[in-house]
Amino acid sequence: MSTTSTKLSVSDLDASYGDHQVLHSIDMDIPAKEVTALIGPSGCGKSTYLRCLNRMHELTTAATVNGTVQLDGADIYHDDIDPVLLRRHIGMVFQKPAPFPTWSIADNVLAGLKLTGGVPDNADEIVEKALKGAALWEEVKDKLDKPGTSLSGGQQQRLCIARAITVEPDVLLMDEPCSAIDPVATARVENLIHELGENYTIVVVTHNMQQAARISDKTAFLMMGELVEFDETSKLFSNPSKQETEDYITGKFG
Amino acid sequence: MDGASPDSRSQSNRRALSDIRGERASGLRERVIEGGLFACAAASVLTTLGIVVVLFMEAIPFFFDVSLLEFFGSTQWTPLYADANFGVWPLVGGTLLVTVIAISVALPFGLLAAIYLSEYASERARKIFKPMLEILAGVPTIVYGYFALVFVTPLLQQVIPGMGGFNALSPGIVMGIMIIPMISSLSEDALHAVPDRLRESSYALGINRIQTIWYVTLPAARSGIVAATTLAVSRAIGETMIVAIAAGQMANLTMDPRESVQTMTAYIVQLSTGDVPTGSLEYQTLFAVGALLFLMTFAMNVIGQWFARKVRNQ
Repeated sequence: MSTTSTKLSVSDLDASYGDHQVLHSIDMDIPAKEVTALIGPSGCGKSTYLRCLNRMHELTTAATVNGTVQLDGADIYHDDIDPVLLRRHIGMVFQKPAPFPTWSIADNVLAGLKLTGGVPDNADEIVEKALKGAALWEEVKDKLDKPGTSLSGGQQQRLCIARAITVEPDVLLMDEPCSAIDPVATARVENLIHELGENYTIVVVTHNMQQAARISDKTAFLMMGELVEFDETSKLFSNPSKQETEDYITGKFG
Repeated sequence: MDGASPDSRSQSNRRALSDIRGERASGLRERVIEGGLFACAAASVLTTLGIVVVLFMEAIPFFFDVSLLEFFGSTQWTPLYADANFGVWPLVGGTLLVTVIAISVALPFGLLAAIYLSEYASERARKIFKPMLEILAGVPTIVYGYFALVFVTPLLQQVIPGMGGFNALSPGIVMGIMIIPMISSLSEDALHAVPDRLRESSYALGINRIQTIWYVTLPAARSGIVAATTLAVSRAIGETMIVAIAAGQMANLTMDPRESVQTMTAYIVQLSTGDVPTGSLEYQTLFAVGALLFLMTFAMNVIGQWFARKVRNQ
């Protein structure tokens, strides 16, 4: 686990909404093929930070970013980079599941391919592989032509994860992926995140510290838009080096 | 209130009881007010019901003289001629022709305007554009009719050979412009109601903006767009002034938009401003056509409202 390379390298990253600066010069090297959790009190900027990593932040009105984020050494904020193409390499799963309405389960899985250059001949295989990868195949294999919105919340979230991995991104960003689903579904998605961590670089925002401890290899603690501590998850939760981190994980605030 | 003696507590209870009696007295006044409000609401419902009842009461005797078979079977509408024919198709055809032209203008423009307002326009542009579009719906229809007759028709005559002075195309186009805001406004509401997480999920898959709108946002808003279109169709079917002025007074079963047509509404105008004797068969055609018109717009409204309710429930 220790011989990891850096997938995303963030340096001196600032982000603002208009005059309101949300992130203050974040420096962080996100390791490849591991799960990195972002924790911190509400409003600490962890979702904004995540959205800076695939250039979703700039879609918000008056949002600005300064600093660099490098994917395998290439700056994703460089003028030559098309943010639309970039997002095929850095996928994202959101808080609330959002399967495309009117699209079937199978079409939802294939959505990214269908709209970005066409579906290869082995579409059925791709659907099966992605749904198996998202631990959803057994539940939906007999109703692939049913609308994606007919599934339960937890199933919808796994469908969205299947949809995200179909385009084979290098990195998968997850913004509190379990906050809108029930505990049983949460357990399944957590297991899934853990498994996906073997093949993908995953950055997951969570407000649930136990969840971060369960699923992540490394954890970053953010507060007031600043990175307080970033370390191995086991170390950060058992023996944090900063007083603020200890106060937060022991429940003194937040 | 821990230290309150039993005595003072019962006193406060008495006061509470007398308050409740006061409530009862004012409860009567409440009921009077409620009754008054109900009467006002009932008046509008009863008026509508009354109109429908009269419409059908007068229309039914017409079908004693003219069979439904002739009404829906014949293709000639000449109730005022000596050789009277009562086939309603020329009027229905004229209505549908103008309506189709109007929707062909209003749907693309209205939908594209809605897409622009909901997906592209800045908050500032929205604030300027939206009320301006809605002004279109506020222009009196007589002005539109006049505009069609003296401005659009001569313009079309220069471009399209064989264009009549009265024709279906000119009022159709102008009516289409009039109902653009009906389509754009409701469609924009529907697009606006599509949750951002759908758009963002699409962007996150590397799908660009146009494709996101076309394949994700528009399908998600389809119920609202269908509702808007249906209500606009209903409005176009019932629209009177523009066609009465610019489409002509010739009941004519044709699909050629250059020709003069008479719509159902325009026929009703022609007849009710003329001098047919009350109770005559010609007079009763008014109600037969009116009842059919009512059924058509009513059906469209029911469908439209059904879709609109679906949007709200999403």
